[in-house]
Amino acid sequence: MNTVLFTILSLSILGILLALILYFVAQKFKVEEDPRIDDVQAILPGANCGGCGFAGCRAFAESCVKAETLEKNFCPVGGNEVMKQVAQYLGMEMAEKTPQVAVVRCNGNCDNRPKTNNYDGFSSCAVMSSFYSGDTACKYGCLGHGDCVLACQFDAIKMDPRTGLPEVDESKCTACGACVKACPKMIIELRNKGIKNRRIFVSCVNKDKGGIAKKACAVACIGCTKCQKVCAYDAITITSNLAYIDYNKCKLCRKCVVECPTHAIWEVNFPVRVPKKETSPLVEQ
Amino acid sequence: MSKTFSIGGIHPHDNKISKDAAIENFPLVETAYISMSQHLGAPAEPIVAKGDKVKVGQLIAKASGFISANIHSSVSGTVRSVEMLPDLAGNPVQHVIIDVEGDEWIDTIDRSNDIVKDIKLGKEEIIKRIAECGVVGLGGAAFPTHIKLTPPPGKVADVLLINGSECEPYLTSDYRIMLENPEEILIGVRIMMKALGVSKAYVGIEENKPKAIKSMKGVADKGYTDIKIVPLKKRYPQGGEKQLIDAVTGRRVPSMGLPIDTGAVVQNVGTALAVYEAVQKNKPLFDGIVTVTGKCMTEQRNFRLRVGTTFDTMMFAIGGFPKDAVKLISGGPMMGKAVACMDAASVKSTSGLLLLTEEETKRGPERNCIRCAKCVEACPMGLQPYLLNRLARVNRMEELEENMVQDCIECGCCLYSCPANIPLLDTIRLSKAKVLKIMRGRPKK
Repeated sequence: MNTVLFTILSLSILGILLALILYFVAQKFKVEEDPRIDDVQAILPGANCGGCGFAGCRAFAESCVKAETLEKNFCPVGGNEVMKQVAQYLGMEMAEKTPQVAVVRCNGNCDNRPKTNNYDGFSSCAVMSSFYSGDTACKYGCLGHGDCVLACQFDAIKMDPRTGLPEVDESKCTACGACVKACPKMIIELRNKGIKNRRIFVSCVNKDKGGIAKKACAVACIGCTKCQKVCAYDAITITSNLAYIDYNKCKLCRKCVVECPTHAIWEVNFPVRVPKKETSPLVEQ
Repeated sequence: MSKTFSIGGIHPHDNKISKDAAIENFPLVETAYISMSQHLGAPAEPIVAKGDKVKVGQLIAKASGFISANIHSSVSGTVRSVEMLPDLAGNPVQHVIIDVEGDEWIDTIDRSNDIVKDIKLGKEEIIKRIAECGVVGLGGAAFPTHIKLTPPPGKVADVLLINGSECEPYLTSDYRIMLENPEEILIGVRIMMKALGVSKAYVGIEENKPKAIKSMKGVADKGYTDIKIVPLKKRYPQGGEKQLIDAVTGRRVPSMGLPIDTGAVVQNVGTALAVYEAVQKNKPLFDGIVTVTGKCMTEQRNFRLRVGTTFDTMMFAIGGFPKDAVKLISGGPMMGKAVACMDAASVKSTSGLLLLTEEETKRGPERNCIRCAKCVEACPMGLQPYLLNRLARVNRMEELEENMVQDCIECGCCLYSCPANIPLLDTIRLSKAKVLKIMRGRPKK
């Protein structure tokens, strides 16, 4: 009995002593931290993806609290809703941003873009592009080893086994930009989601002259300037044989899509076109 | 006992099956595609235009920038155009395309077979002539030779090392010139000694080439006693600059340092021959010895090949692709580059064409690292490839830098020795480039 009592007593005294030491040490070396950082962090989605440009959600929260305006801080994953909450909590104004989505600008599947050689090295786009221009005649196109798939934390991008090209799941994509950074060919771009998720973009990044580009890939942009001429909103620019559609200027009229001789311009999430006779096809419901 | 370098190294089978094929001149081509980027550094700037008539040996592009080299025409004819064409990796490089008409050489080139022994030019003139003739290192990297022969201020060279080890399997181009042109090589070495102002030179040759050692020694004993022929134990990568310095002189190049930090300058035997031809015969560098080999080929050849011959033409001249060949490598199997574009043309430093069958090129499936440390044992730079690979895969740049990723010479010993087929070199090479970018971005102290 004595042994038990002695043990309990000695351990309790030891515990109290250590607690006291810990308490005083904690008081002495206390780090003053703004309690709002914790609160802001709680509002954030907690994906730690780095899409905002900071090391993680904590670092972002810290910078929000310290910042004078929220103009430069934006969480792409949470979007406007989360940023509104953060702004409300901190009593600051926020700069609203149009929601974006990652877009893969290459349609060089096996039918469109024949292989010219076989790559048998380590399956990684970055490694492959460090060796040479790629296993097709197009040196700008997708290499198909899925560095973007590995970079995505949200399971939003997958390789399509039929085409060998990555495909973005719009409902999952948060526009964090990890895939944009991972792609050594700079094929993926963040574009505005658009009204009703409708988008028009040039699905090609080939800067070669028309003949070379077309020989390498059947659906390459050949820089023929037809789309530029037909565009009424001045949204299309052509630099080094490649058309680019400015998503801020584009009014989604789809004239360029029809005009493109190589079908390099894509329309996404538009209703199926009905033949001209019945109704005017370009009127949106 | 023969010398060799002190750490790491591997022993791949040397496969020198083309060693008995004498050097033959490659037939004249119909069209030459001369690349403007045949050397390390800035591409040369073409000085000819469409329609110009050129002769063999005529200057067609001038060096631009400090690290660059002149380029001369390898054929005579009319310039068809100057345009961007893919190199062997498919990346666009400016080329001068020349339609060949006859074989007319410029008058200043001494085309006789006499060996010119007297070195008439002075130190400065030699370096000037080498620069004019566009001589680059033929050991692989194609670093402009005239820059290597002028040590940076504050550094003094006291020994010249000549790399005749040809440690790369299959290749026999250096071996053939050591058999066929030993005296020219030694005169070339003398010229470089004069340019550097050194009194000692060593030629390192691996023991698997006894005939070359005998041939070089035979000439060196008769009148070239200041040049020592050093037999070396066979071991890859003996031909690497840092390894050769270690093997021959026992000096160790410090981490991130250059060979000149130890007072040594390393040149290849092929470069020595090119220097001889440039200085004594006034012949610019526009051709080179190329081994065309492979186990799947019935005939092994060594050619004197002019710059600007496309891989397609070469394969056609030797009778087309063998049936079972799946891969064409420019250079040797360890450090050579696979040819992705057959329309690309040979350059000054092209030393071999190697054809491999599917079985020879197959990489096994990647398995887990079991920390057997074979890569650590094999690394000639004393690095830990398994660790670098792990760090590279998670992008730990600071730790990669601490673990000396910049010292990697990309010899491929780790990849060769890995029993789990881990692509060590691939990931290390990639991270090396990333780390270098970070290091260059830092403000200078």
